[in-house]
Amino acid sequence: MEAYKKHTSIAALMNRSNVDTDQIIPTQFLKKIERTGFGIHLFHDWRFLADNVTPNPEFELNKPVFKGAKILVTGANFGCGSSREHAPWAIADYGFNTVISTSFADIFYTNCFKNALLPIRVSKDELAALMAEIAANEGVEFTVDLEAEKLTTPGGIVIHIEVDPFRKESLLGGLDDIAWTLKHEDKITAFEEKQKQTLPWLWK
Amino acid sequence: MTKTMYEKIWDAHLVYEPESGSPLLFVDRHLMHEVTSPQAFEGLKLQNRGVRNTHSILATMDHCVPTKGRAEISDPVAAKQIQTMAVNCKEHGINLYDMSSANNGIIHIVVPEHGFVHPGMVVCCGDSHTSTHGAFGTLAFGIGTSEVEHVMATQTLQQQKSKTLLINVEGKLSKHATAKDIALAIIGKTGTAGGTGYVIEFAGDAVVNLTMEGRMTLCNMAIEAGARAGLIAPDQKTFDFLEGKEFAPKGKDWDAALAYWKTLPSDKGADFDKVINFKAEDIAPQITWGTSPEQVISVNGLVPAPTDFDDPIKAQACKNALEYMKIKAGQKMTDVNVDIVFLGSCTNGRIEDFRAAAEMLKGKSIAPGVQAMAVPGSYPVKEQAEAEGLDKIFIDAGWEWREPGCSMCLAMNGDELTDGQRSASTSNRNFEGRQGKNGRTHLVSPAMAAAASIAGHFVDIRDWA
Ligand code: SF4
Repeated sequence: MEAYKKHTSIAALMNRSNVDTDQIIPTQFLKKIERTGFGIHLFHDWRFLADNVTPNPEFELNKPVFKGAKILVTGANFGCGSSREHAPWAIADYGFNTVISTSFADIFYTNCFKNALLPIRVSKDELAALMAEIAANEGVEFTVDLEAEKLTTPGGIVIHIEVDPFRKESLLGGLDDIAWTLKHEDKITAFEEKQKQTLPWLWK
Repeated sequence: MTKTMYEKIWDAHLVYEPESGSPLLFVDRHLMHEVTSPQAFEGLKLQNRGVRNTHSILATMDHCVPTKGRAEISDPVAAKQIQTMAVNCKEHGINLYDMSSANNGIIHIVVPEHGFVHPGMVVCCGDSHTSTHGAFGTLAFGIGTSEVEHVMATQTLQQQKSKTLLINVEGKLSKHATAKDIALAIIGKTGTAGGTGYVIEFAGDAVVNLTMEGRMTLCNMAIEAGARAGLIAPDQKTFDFLEGKEFAPKGKDWDAALAYWKTLPSDKGADFDKVINFKAEDIAPQITWGTSPEQVISVNGLVPAPTDFDDPIKAQACKNALEYMKIKAGQKMTDVNVDIVFLGSCTNGRIEDFRAAAEMLKGKSIAPGVQAMAVPGSYPVKEQAEAEGLDKIFIDAGWEWREPGCSMCLAMNGDELTDGQRSASTSNRNFEGRQGKNGRTHLVSPAMAAAASIAGHFVDIRDWA
């Protein structure tokens, strides 16, 4: 996994709540067996007109000012619905590395960290302030400093980034979770041996 | 110290709790389907890692599988995904119920049919509706593909502990109200984010009195309330369901297992972080009017207007949903016509769902212009239904009797709504485009769906003959 570095990037505004993973990446695109190439289908149904190719001029992310944005600012309960990791794959492949909202669905939130994608939870008021700053100045760039746990904007907003220290380290170091877990393999083996004694039928 | 069932299962599976970082939780059973696993197998291969406990995995093919003309999958990308699943399972010696297996069907239907999941286990699957198995008093939850890979390689997951929410549904359900209606009524009240961060334990007479199938339907939709998992205490019904099944413990093991399972229910007076009470009598047959499972009303209710919501976000969501669904505020849902009726999915694709629908259909015919599809959740469900002669009732009423699969629960196997079509669906998600681009989905119980197919519009089945 790529390491997450401090960056200053365009923040795109998508003021919608309860955005579900079916919206983020519709089911017809889940048939591929690769992890890559989902970015072109991100928000497909909103992003394209009925012919499935022409960009929908009404869709927020199609605004030229948001081109190249790495930060997505969006409404509550983002990523609800299916567990598909294709959702963070699509978001990251499109070019985002940060999503800001008041809340995220559990599985989506976990999936982000496995894909060098930082989900930042902010309060309702903070989100409103961030959204207002983008609306007033489309194309504005925010700075995300994960190391210092700080999000700053040219408008003077400073937000503390709440993040589990372990997940922070993983993102900053681009670490492999499986390798970390396997360092504790002796404990796993011990657990298994014990379970074979106490609940032997699980091993038959 | 008293403990909730969740805490008991958690404690029994804790492998290691580091000072910094997430605790490692042991995973007893891992369920798999073709959509969320290929990238995990690929990841293993790239790192030269193997599958730690092959016996812990049961796999099926369900999402991409056509429900008619199964001999060939016409979509080459889907065909490749199916083939990849077969190759991966073979390579690692994983038990797979492939498309030609007599056991094939939707993962969450198939697994209980064989007694693969028991009370007290930790179970995961790259699928959010893994919560279904909580019906057995099992901590079962959905995970992403990276975690699928993590479980295969380590038999554990890095997990954060959830908070606990007790939902009591006391009293007796009224006639025609089902587990599906309990689930929708709960989500209508708590919202789709209401359970975020929680594991829900469902309790109360109305829950205890559900059949195992009904309990599975209820836990299935815990994820639609945003919860990590749903749980129901195991009891005699649970044990009777499991006894004699292929993967259930046998002989002396059965007795030992039973003794263990009986220790699992939450202790009297155990502390939950939150408690919500419902009265079963108040739950009428439910129907969703919008594009989120929380946008739901009783069948005799009126569709709300954006001004009915205090929360500006919910008001906006209402406005968007009404527009997308082409439904008017103040309208009665019983005046809404349907184009397609879908009976199936891991929510309502079990035998009792087909019985309930058939009961409504007996001796009747579907309305002109309506297409109706009955899709059993698995081959065993299909066989059972056929043995009871239910298939005839469906076919005589003008329904299509299909092969098992996820079908129109999600639009990825050829079964889907076309632009603007409206469905009555027994599945679990009514998101925009879930059943096809610009398709409009109304979630209902099997009996409500069957009645809509006959009337051509939604009906209040409580006063419908
Ligand atoms: S039936 Fe629907 S919800 Fe259930 S596993 Fe299949 S796609 Fe998912």
